Amino acid sequence: MSIRERMSGNEAVAHAIKQINPDVMAAFPITPSTEIPQMVSTFIANGEIDTEFIPVESEHSSMSAAMGASAAGARSLTATSSCGLAYMWELLYVAASDRLPVVLALVNRALTGPININCDHSDSMGARDAGWIQIYAENNQEAYDNFIQSFLIAEHPDVRLPFMACQDGFITSHAVENIELIEDDKVKEFVGEYHPENYLLNAEMPMAVGPYANSPFYMETKKNQRIAMENAKRVILEVAEKFEKISGRKYGFFEEYMLDDAEYVIVIMGSAAGTTKDAVDALREQGIKAGLLKLRVFRPFPGEEIAAALKNAKAIAVLDRAESFSAYGGPVGSEVKSALYDAKNTADCVNYFYGLGGRDYTVELAEEIYRELIDSVENGTALEQFKYIGLRK
Amino acid sequence: MKKNIEIRWHGRGGQGAKTAALLLADVAFNTGMHVQGFPEYGPERMGAPITAYNRIGQTPIRVHSNIYNPDFVVVVDETLLHAVDVTKGLKADGAIIINTEKTKEEIIPLLKGYEGRVYTIDARKVSMATLGKYFPNSPMLASIVKVAEIMDQDVFLEQMEASYKHKFAKKPEVIEGNMNALRMAFAEVK
Repeated sequence: MSIRERMSGNEAVAHAIKQINPDVMAAFPITPSTEIPQMVSTFIANGEIDTEFIPVESEHSSMSAAMGASAAGARSLTATSSCGLAYMWELLYVAASDRLPVVLALVNRALTGPININCDHSDSMGARDAGWIQIYAENNQEAYDNFIQSFLIAEHPDVRLPFMACQDGFITSHAVENIELIEDDKVKEFVGEYHPENYLLNAEMPMAVGPYANSPFYMETKKNQRIAMENAKRVILEVAEKFEKISGRKYGFFEEYMLDDAEYVIVIMGSAAGTTKDAVDALREQGIKAGLLKLRVFRPFPGEEIAAALKNAKAIAVLDRAESFSAYGGPVGSEVKSALYDAKNTADCVNYFYGLGGRDYTVELAEEIYRELIDSVENGTALEQFKYIGLRK
Repeated sequence: MKKNIEIRWHGRGGQGAKTAALLLADVAFNTGMHVQGFPEYGPERMGAPITAYNRIGQTPIRVHSNIYNPDFVVVVDETLLHAVDVTKGLKADGAIIINTEKTKEEIIPLLKGYEGRVYTIDARKVSMATLGKYFPNSPMLASIVKVAEIMDQDVFLEQMEASYKHKFAKKPEVIEGNMNALRMAFAEVK
């Protein structure tokens, strides 16, 4: 029997950490992720878990400490947001190439310029090429569920990659909602003990971590990271299947909401997906075949699967909560379109920008997007390819 | 309460409007409902206008936007009536509750022609009489529970007593005062 509770997204992640009882957490506070290390240090102070908490003076150091612990053979993690992630930048790449399964609870917040504390995905999207697995949550429930699955995916011998568990800053991190928790013993059994094959504290088998790799070896390192990321696709589904057995909740690369026969589709990640679902329901009541593809796993990118799921769509809007300033689309939009191209899917596909710096995304806005898609298919209205929605009028 | 409702709270930083929204989410959760309680985050300063929200219903809540067409509005600080458009988007078949010592007749002209139901409560009077200090939270919470008919008043009082016993485990002397504040608010909100 699951436990009916109510808590915020940050509390949900802190609760997952408590149940996992990892070996080491290193963290430096930054809004809106601060509550996570704050709550975990309270659990430690109360003797509820025996995680070693390392308070540090910056995010550069929190990532370094988490990596050091991971290299030593510990199950380690950290949490951050926005500029905190930016300050970890060089280490993000090192964690991935050193194949350290560090887990990072990322509470998405806009990167500064202008300064802003609210949600968008510019922080994690900036790190999309760092070699980390990235999974996004719609609500507190998914933030909790994804976190519980994180270490099993990251630590799998065929993967061994760092893992970013993302949720929307304030929108889910600070909203109190209903949640179904899993019993402590079930989580404990699910995550199990971490026994890495190679680790620095193994005196029987000395090893080097992060040595110099000049041109004769660098490229092979990258190829191996890429193979690991491909393997992650299989492992993510295996872990999801195992998770379903203890939770009853099913996860995949993405959620298909009313997508089977959908002619008009929005592709979106994070908390805005729930809001879009209400718009889908409203349009379905009017007999309009609207549907939603909520992307959960962004790295590795499930391009083939997305293209297959969109095969019946007449028009698609991919919504990005981050700019990439290519002047040719955002990160999710570009990759979804590339997947459609490879699948020879020529449905109309537009890429909109929404919710930057916490700009609100409403059911009405989602309905407006569906209306534009319908208008283009039925009346041949030209769609603007890269549009900002929800701008001040 | 039959249908899902949306509530918007207006207060000033430090008055506890956010806490009140979270308390309401808590008490509704405890009686089996689906809830959402969240503040709108901006610059956090004592005394600056702040907004908090509740969605409460019998079915899971998926929307994650602010609330623009609330069923109910709670104004914790009446000086906001001059600074914030508190009735903006408020449904005509909804209601607004204002913490004020003024009469309803004095308040209505300040509401920009809002035609729905208007309730007032002097939360300062209630709070001073029951707690000896000014904490508008408990009286405003009881007011919205009554006006929005979120739950049976006795069930609410039972739940709140349990919650206060937990919250004030080390200060049991304040529990009775808070319970009296809730009971008095039920009678005072008009």
